[in-house]
Amino acid sequence: MGEMLSVKNINVFYGSIHAIRDVSFYVNEGEIVTLIGANGAGKTTTMHAISGLLKLERGEIDYCGHVISKMEAHKIIRLGLAQVPEGRRVFSGLTVQQNLQMGAYTRKDGKEAVQNDFDMVFDLLPRLKERRNQPAGTLSGGEQQMLAIGRALMCKPKMLLLDEPSMGLSPLLVKEIFKIIRDVNRNGVTVLLVEQNAKMALEIANRAYVLETGTIKMEGEATELANNIEVRKAYLGAQ
Amino acid sequence: MQFLTYLINGISLGSVYALIALGYTMVYGIAKMLNFAHGDVIMIGSYVVFFAFGSFGLNPIVSVLLSMVVCTILGITIERVAYRPLRGAPSLAVLITAIGVSYLLQQVAQLLWKSDPKSFKSVVGLQPVSMFGGQLVISGETIVTIAACIVIMIALTLFINHTSTGHAMLAVSEDRGAAQLMGVNVNATISLTFAIGSALAAVAGALLCSSYPTLQPTTGAMPGIKAFVAAVFGGIGSIPGAFIGGILLGVIENLSKAYISTQLSDAIVFMVLIVVLLVKPTGLLGKKINVKV
Repeated sequence: MGEMLSVKNINVFYGSIHAIRDVSFYVNEGEIVTLIGANGAGKTTTMHAISGLLKLERGEIDYCGHVISKMEAHKIIRLGLAQVPEGRRVFSGLTVQQNLQMGAYTRKDGKEAVQNDFDMVFDLLPRLKERRNQPAGTLSGGEQQMLAIGRALMCKPKMLLLDEPSMGLSPLLVKEIFKIIRDVNRNGVTVLLVEQNAKMALEIANRAYVLETGTIKMEGEATELANNIEVRKAYLGAQ
Repeated sequence: MQFLTYLINGISLGSVYALIALGYTMVYGIAKMLNFAHGDVIMIGSYVVFFAFGSFGLNPIVSVLLSMVVCTILGITIERVAYRPLRGAPSLAVLITAIGVSYLLQQVAQLLWKSDPKSFKSVVGLQPVSMFGGQLVISGETIVTIAACIVIMIALTLFINHTSTGHAMLAVSEDRGAAQLMGVNVNATISLTFAIGSALAAVAGALLCSSYPTLQPTTGAMPGIKAFVAAVFGGIGSIPGAFIGGILLGVIENLSKAYISTQLSDAIVFMVLIVVLLVKPTGLLGKKINVKV
């Protein structure tokens, strides 16, 4: 269980705004690690920095022995690092099936292997199977989230970045999505989960980091943080 | 019978507009920019055919293929040199650059080939077809233009909807960032779009000049603008929209030339555009963008 992803002192700017300051953390193979924090803490910025959609000002990101912080986004995914972006961002004009096929865009291991993963995704997310020929734009929010996860799984990732998968979903659906995340992890995919819903995130994670105004304020075992008085006050609604 | 002749000629002119409009609409859909230099790529392509076929006597098909290659390289180069550095810049900056590129191409053509009109030799060898005892005569150019447009439309639709590269183009046009996360190389996809659009422009140029055989450095400007209108008319970003918009525009133009006024035909075309946009701002087949969160 070695270190799979390590983020080292990264700094990201939006123009003159210093969005991320010297953020460092790591994710071990097989873990679920969560990054919790309020709106505007820099969670999505951190995600975009890892997946290559944003460039770093300083610092370095290593993944499986590659320095990915200088790589283009479309090459990073070829290393098996997939992202489920905030707001799902499914291709609404394409069908569910075509969206999943897009997820397999980088695959070169033949139709049969891709078909196996279609079956795997439909097994994990049976609702998608029913709606496979429907345009993704007609799906409900929860189904779109499932599709976004399924689409990311189609590239056979070693590691999955999930950005606020619970956003805008009913409590019941949030539970379902988190169960799916746990299942995905049990199937051998390492997970980095960014969440505002700290309660749910800390329940399924091994370790957690608390991000506040662009810096890491706390870190530790998820159970430990869930019992931490400051975390309870700020993120879990304790009095 | 007269009406039928006007109609068929209108469809033929509209086919040319449709081919040019495809370039506008695909580039708009994928690169989110209006490439106003597109019409001038047609003009360059026509000059290539003019020299290859007219002056050097190459086989007409080889000449058109050569013109397609030249235009493809030109299109990719324009994108690489003029537009790519502006990716992420305000769209107004890109628009002005495109107009600049358009003038640049026209001026270069004027320097190289002078501004006097050249008489273009038709690349179509087909004899006119006469029907109804000679009452209806359809020129070879008309037949080839319509046929070429239909074949290209079908091929393009199959390519976009049934290949993984085509799906990548659709994905980039919907959400560039998300497409990148799928591993799509956005720059390469945009280059490909310019390549396809420019190759179609070469075909359109050869067909246009075969039917309307005067060639000068400004030849591409007006058809370019009209094809842009056709693309907006059909719903910019939509491939079937470009096709329908182009055909309708050609028919309206030709019928108003025949029955209303030759001088006013362009004004009528633009008036129709204004009315369509007032009633349906996204164009005939333009999609209303639904954002679901």
